[in-house]
Amino acid sequence: MDTALLIEKFVLVIVVFLISLGVAAYSTYFERKLAAWIQDRIGPDRAGPFGLLQPIADGVKMFMKEDFIPKSSDKWLFIIGPGISMFTALITSTIIPWGPPIEIFGRQITLQIADFNIGILFIFGVVSIGVYGIMIGGWASNNKYSLFGAIRASSQMISYELAMGISLITIILMSGSLSLNGIIEKQHGMNWNIFYQPVCFLVFFICSLAETNRAPFDLPECESELIGGYHTEYTSMKLGLFLFAEYVAMFISSAVIAILFFGGYNFPGMDNFSGNTLAILGILAFLTKTFIFIFIFMWIRWTIPRFRFDQLMHLGWKTLIPIAIINMLLTGVVIAFSKGWL
Amino acid sequence: MESLTNRKKVVSDKPMTFIEKLYLPAIFSGMWITMKHIFKRKKTIKYPEEVRVFAPVYRGQHVLKRDEQGRENCTACGLCAVACPAEAITMVANERKSGEEHLYREEKYAEMYEINMLRCIFCGLCEEACPKEAIFLTDRIVPTEFERNDFIYGKDILVESMDNRIDITKRQNTGKRGAV
Repeated sequence: MDTALLIEKFVLVIVVFLISLGVAAYSTYFERKLAAWIQDRIGPDRAGPFGLLQPIADGVKMFMKEDFIPKSSDKWLFIIGPGISMFTALITSTIIPWGPPIEIFGRQITLQIADFNIGILFIFGVVSIGVYGIMIGGWASNNKYSLFGAIRASSQMISYELAMGISLITIILMSGSLSLNGIIEKQHGMNWNIFYQPVCFLVFFICSLAETNRAPFDLPECESELIGGYHTEYTSMKLGLFLFAEYVAMFISSAVIAILFFGGYNFPGMDNFSGNTLAILGILAFLTKTFIFIFIFMWIRWTIPRFRFDQLMHLGWKTLIPIAIINMLLTGVVIAFSKGWL
Repeated sequence: MESLTNRKKVVSDKPMTFIEKLYLPAIFSGMWITMKHIFKRKKTIKYPEEVRVFAPVYRGQHVLKRDEQGRENCTACGLCAVACPAEAITMVANERKSGEEHLYREEKYAEMYEINMLRCIFCGLCEEACPKEAIFLTDRIVPTEFERNDFIYGKDILVESMDNRIDITKRQNTGKRGAV
């Protein structure tokens, strides 16, 4: 391995890390703004122009607050919990292809930290480890509300991962590859998966709402029933990490949706460009799609009321999983026919 | 039974149709509503910079009035304290000495007059009870403080200064003094 590659990857890691954190920070700001607009208010506008410094003020506030660890809690697990949440949320960004290869100093640089050939499985595995952060945090708090939140989080995660995985198999069938790059290349130009698999997209989208614990599936932390759920006992930056991890996870799952169904960095008319122009336009297209999904995530949160827990389970097991299975079988049959296997 | 109002609604318990069971049309119509709200005019008034127009009879911070010659109207009769449902008002009366005629309008005056702004419910009954047109509620807002004691307003805050008189001409309880 040459030094240039090492430096290139190092810079890329730092940039992706900062972008993920920056986007997450400003999605907290934008979420508050959007909530305000939907409710005919203005939203944060005191810190800096249009309140743009609000995330920094929030961060400073989180750091300055008293860091309290309850006596009856399991100290080490209590500390590890938010760390796992944040770590798993961030590490998924390593395999996301941010754009077509870019050329700097005569070197071809792929805008992806690591191109695993099982990319999508990696994301899936890491995301499901994410629930360990919530479970450990909720259990270690030694508080009934936290425990309830943790239990809800884990059962919700298991139920929705099934439907998500099955709808994912449909996409893998369509593109014949587990690598994210392979999936994106199959959707060249405007040949996006959404046009072939709208039902699959719907199932996947609902499941990713549930996976990121966003409303209407925010049962693990529902403020009105569980006083904050798994992070009831958390204070200061540990709470900040939990809340922040949710926004990072939202950014990443928006990116994954954009890759799987909306062609990643592909955009119509991309054959007219080449080289660095194509790369920059591709990055812009990809980020635009991601931000649109972040917006939709927030828009849904401020529109739809929370599910009851039995409704959540009903939707997961009795509706989404059968739909996903039927959709997968139909897709398989159609693909087999078109390839002449049947 | 015949309904007394025409607001009676018959609750229906009919099963949902297939479209309704999908929930998606309802979700989309809900999202359309919230989308419309994003572009609506915002109702917020940015308070320190913009101030909402108060009604002329707004019941805010009290004022103890002086008459045209700068003498205090209050005679410490205690009717306001009796009328006060929150028991926020307390006072100590004193006799006017000779030579103090330019300070107090009548022979008796309030040596100490205190309103606890944390107890006050701004009902305006003190203003209604006052026979001397001494106490009025104004359209000023009681400022916030850090200490509870700072909310007990004495005569130093309540009595108006002659340089900066408080206009109460638009209030409803003016003109009582002349009538009696």
